[in-house]
Amino acid sequence: MRLPDRNHMAIAAVVRYPLRSSMLLVAIAIGVAAVLVLTSLGEGARLYVTSQFNSMGTHLLFVTPGKNEVGGLGGMAGSLGGSPRPFTLGDVRSLKRSPYISSTTPMVMGTANINYQGLERDIGVLGTTHTMKRLFEYEVKSGRFLPELDLDNASPVCVIGDTIARELFGTAEPVGKWVRIGDRRVRVIGWLEQGGQSGGRDLDEAVFVPIAFAMQVYNRESVQRMMVEATSDESLVKAKRDVIGIIKARHFGHEDITVMDQGTILSTFNKIFLVLTSTLAGIAAISLAVAGTLIMNVMLVAVSQRTAEIGLLKALGARRSQIIGLFLTEATLLSSLGAVVGVLVGYASIELLRQLVPLVDFQAPDWAVISAVLMAIASGLLFGIMPARHAADLDPVEALAGR
Amino acid sequence: MIRFENICRDFKVGDETVHALKDVNQHIEAGEYASIMGPSGSGKSTLLNVLGLLDTPNSGHYWLNGRDVSKLPDDDLAATRHEIIGFVFQSFHLIQRMTALENVELPMVLAGIAPAERQDRARQMLCKTGLESRMSHRPDQLSGGQRQRVAIARSIVMEPKVLLADEPTGNLDSQSGKEVLDILEELHADGLTLILVTHDPVIGQRSHLHLRMTDGIIKAERQHLQRQPEDNGDAPS
Repeated sequence: MRLPDRNHMAIAAVVRYPLRSSMLLVAIAIGVAAVLVLTSLGEGARLYVTSQFNSMGTHLLFVTPGKNEVGGLGGMAGSLGGSPRPFTLGDVRSLKRSPYISSTTPMVMGTANINYQGLERDIGVLGTTHTMKRLFEYEVKSGRFLPELDLDNASPVCVIGDTIARELFGTAEPVGKWVRIGDRRVRVIGWLEQGGQSGGRDLDEAVFVPIAFAMQVYNRESVQRMMVEATSDESLVKAKRDVIGIIKARHFGHEDITVMDQGTILSTFNKIFLVLTSTLAGIAAISLAVAGTLIMNVMLVAVSQRTAEIGLLKALGARRSQIIGLFLTEATLLSSLGAVVGVLVGYASIELLRQLVPLVDFQAPDWAVISAVLMAIASGLLFGIMPARHAADLDPVEALAGR
Repeated sequence: MIRFENICRDFKVGDETVHALKDVNQHIEAGEYASIMGPSGSGKSTLLNVLGLLDTPNSGHYWLNGRDVSKLPDDDLAATRHEIIGFVFQSFHLIQRMTALENVELPMVLAGIAPAERQDRARQMLCKTGLESRMSHRPDQLSGGQRQRVAIARSIVMEPKVLLADEPTGNLDSQSGKEVLDILEELHADGLTLILVTHDPVIGQRSHLHLRMTDGIIKAERQHLQRQPEDNGDAPS
């Protein structure tokens, strides 16, 4: 039997029973579309996080006190566990010696109460330096960001986020006003543009103050973490080596800091999201397996619908393999069509998601699309085998009689 | 052409064993015109199924075209059917979604013959059965007699040696029944071995070999044996 003839007969059978065929098509399409949509969620989340990190510039090092042997994200929380040796402004300043480091941005974070003419609320305070603005590409609505000061200059000035500005000042201009943070009077020198999330912090709810001022407010001698900007991508490795070397020398030979570059952090995130996306794909694949059993069911119905026809084919001298081939072709054809429809529906749904949530770049990874399609076709073949063999094993006499 | 040696075919129905064919010995010559007659349940369908290799005997030997086919595996049976046997059924067994031409093409599709040749041969066969103008009609657009003629065209398109017809006129009115029978007898006149299962004694009488079945046993009767040589004598060859 020639291949085009076999395909032709399978197509004719698919067209002949439109309800049966379309139901099977829908089942497989749902499975494939589910894989695409769910993996696009995971992948979208990954791309979102990645883009957030990339908005910080590319040649940054993140330095936290405490040695994290495993590396990865744990280092970020190193400050929580109590550092073995404080990370002082002197340490920060000393890093300027390295020719591969163009800027250092120390940070101290905490919460405090802000008060303006009786209006008050709790805020996140971020003590840092003027370089922060460049790293995170903050936009200033009015006034200016923190000025370039000596690290230990606790000048009582602050820059406030958009939400805080609206809540405390309403429509009035906040720049130039004096507010109270904790028990200190501070002058507002800048008002940040609405920025949403940046670097994992809610910018609109934050107040930026000079690092030395924050250390006084929180009564601490050390900084919590630091971002070090290398002079270029190429010098990142050397900058990292210098950071470790200089701090180690200052800490009497103890290498008690963790230095991560964006690549390390990103690859950690990528690993987490890959696991997440694969899990989602796996869950969606279950629906494909369910569709597979439906293929088996529907093909069994197809066999019993066409018992007399199978009997005729046998009487006309069709071999076992030919009958198996016919039904397998039909099952594969249906599952392939279902896969195609599923891919189209999946992409359409993803497009819809992108319209609904423009912030996140939803997209199904290629591996998910390819494996969903292959799995759909394979399940057509696999679950088609049993019904096809059933057809080939029919007794010709009984089959001709339609039994 | 066909020789049965001690053919037995039993069926288990519940606890009972039904002997559909009891130790049947019979031969049918090439080019013969045989009819199988008998009441329902006499085993004539079983006989036809065994003859057509759709069923295999429990014991005994079936020689078809000089070869013992009683113990062949399924695929060899299929191949032998394909080459040697044509079937005509009472209920036509045409595929509804296909045109007359496509139905006739079907055995050649299974044989892997190219479309051009296939259509050519199918057209010839449909012309032979008088359906020149009905080739692109589907079975539901044809009368019973026309459907059976499509089925006959299909049965002979692979040029079989034996044509098995199971009550070919059973579902037809007498006029189209007669037309169908005429075509079958013409094919026999062209040299085909024709074996006909029928209830109708009038049709049965037209054959040269009467096989009457009762309870799995054949009583054979050759008629017109004297006429056949006469016919041959008449025809100058």
